Amino acid sequence: MSDSASRLVTLSAARWRLSILLTAAMTLIYVGFILLVAFNKELLGTVLVPGLSVGILLGVLVIVAAWLLIMVYVRWTNANYDVAVAEIRRAHQEGR
Amino acid sequence: MGQAGQPNIIAMSGFIIFIILSLVITWFAARRTHNTKDFYAAGGSVTALQNGLALAGDYMSAASFLGIAGLVALSGFDGLIYSIGFLVGWPVVVCLIAEPLRNLGRYTFSDVVAFRLRQRPVRVASAAGSLAVIAFYLIAQMVGAGNLIRLLFGLDYEVAVAIVGVVMLAYVLFGGMIATTWVQIVKAVLLLSGATMLAVMVLAQFSFNPLALFAAAAEQYGPSVLAPGRLVSDPVDAISLGLALMFGTAGLPHILMRFYTVPDGRTARVSVAYATAIIGIFYLLTFVLGFGAMVLVGQTAIRGVDAGGNMAAPLLAEVVGGQAFLGFIAAVAFATILAVVAGLTLAGAAALSHDIYVNAFRHGHAPEKEQLLVARAATIVLALLSIGLGIAFKGQNVAYMVGLAFAIAASANFPALILSMFWKPFTTRGAQASILFGTVATLGLIWMSPAIQVDLLKHTTAYFPYRNPGLFTIPLSFIIGILVSWAAPEPSALAGFAKLEQQIHFGAADDAE
Repeated sequence: MSDSASRLVTLSAARWRLSILLTAAMTLIYVGFILLVAFNKELLGTVLVPGLSVGILLGVLVIVAAWLLIMVYVRWTNANYDVAVAEIRRAHQEGR
Repeated sequence: MGQAGQPNIIAMSGFIIFIILSLVITWFAARRTHNTKDFYAAGGSVTALQNGLALAGDYMSAASFLGIAGLVALSGFDGLIYSIGFLVGWPVVVCLIAEPLRNLGRYTFSDVVAFRLRQRPVRVASAAGSLAVIAFYLIAQMVGAGNLIRLLFGLDYEVAVAIVGVVMLAYVLFGGMIATTWVQIVKAVLLLSGATMLAVMVLAQFSFNPLALFAAAAEQYGPSVLAPGRLVSDPVDAISLGLALMFGTAGLPHILMRFYTVPDGRTARVSVAYATAIIGIFYLLTFVLGFGAMVLVGQTAIRGVDAGGNMAAPLLAEVVGGQAFLGFIAAVAFATILAVVAGLTLAGAAALSHDIYVNAFRHGHAPEKEQLLVARAATIVLALLSIGLGIAFKGQNVAYMVGLAFAIAASANFPALILSMFWKPFTTRGAQASILFGTVATLGLIWMSPAIQVDLLKHTTAYFPYRNPGLFTIPLSFIIGILVSWAAPEPSALAGFAKLEQQIHFGAADDAE
């Protein structure tokens, strides 16, 4: 019991760290984008090729970044977290 | 070009077909709604893809389709800030909220906040916060729907708002969450396919190269349409709006409620991935729709029909696809609003009936039949209220109103939800203080902002200079929740934390241990 409890604490901490990391990453990316919108309009207005400004490119990249962060989280939890939770639960039930 | 305010037979038929289709869905769903779990949570039997579509359906409201297309068409790049802001909240939802919420609660997010705290005070406070969010969101949808119907079918604004209210009432009243979920799914598929068809037809005129379209926009209206600066000029306002959009998503009661319709945490998590993919694709399409309307319809023509630009997407549909396509897109836009309004009303009914009536007044012991009756009565009250508010707030800007709803959600609901799940010393008083402060302070600052004081009341100055209060109210809500909890610790809340952590990981199934 105490073993499965301590494993749960470790697992919980691991997921919590990943959650915080990904949330912080999204916040930094988005706030960075907003700060550029607020303070460096010239940079975002720079046209790379006709029709494509830095602002539009970065905007698309922010959306793609949101997708990637969610994919990282879902993949990790599906592959590691779910399996570990199932194991702890099984051990817990056998131990009773 | 069709005259605004003239009845349009093809648009009308498309609209009526959708109403009939969705009423049929409601009728089938009604036969499957037997108890409160069916009514609020669709029996907990929705799959990940279904829930992903329904989440996307709930999220993509009038502001997303009509509002953003219009903003981009009239001001270029700055309109895209809304597209991006509406999406970045989703990683926060999946990482911090979705699974714990699914595993801890039953019907509303108050279940989670109240989990280890004293039920009554927490539920009353959080129901108040939810209702404030829902009211602002509802007003925006009703105003959007009223304008759309008035422009397309030539009905009076008031009549249009009343029609939306009555049709929505029929869905929710008879079908509950099962019908609302299916209406959301049908609407999400329609909206995504309609927007895709529209974007493809626009791009066909630019040899399927979006950059050629953007370049044409820059040539016609100057390179500044591809750069920021036209809408968001003040840096603090930009950051404040950005934070409200990002953290508001994780506090929207009608979105959070969707996680109770799936069987487990894993399905909740995967459904968010589907939802974000769908919503992200849709927001990328708004880039094309907005600039397409700017180039092909023209800013003067768009402004001529509606000063707010809200009719940009329907007008674009008419230019590239004629009357029939306009009818289709109009029906899709209307369905979008109707579905969001139904989801909001259901969340409001859950707050009034499940949180306030059953748990606060009846101490959690009310017979199933009585609960369902109260939920349906609450739905009628909300429908009448939203018709009244929709008429009272005639002429307000749709996207801006939704931004305010996000600010209330981010300040009132989000901090309490996070603290209750992850911060052990959180107390009942702390939750109450945080939620009530978030609600009252946000509403107060909105009242003191230029939007109300200058635009609405015609005063020369506002007491508070920023249009969106999120930057100030979100951190303050967290701080107040923490300070009040420190001031008076609550032993029972501390003791309940172990069970909460256990249930976050294992779900309620292991409750019996």
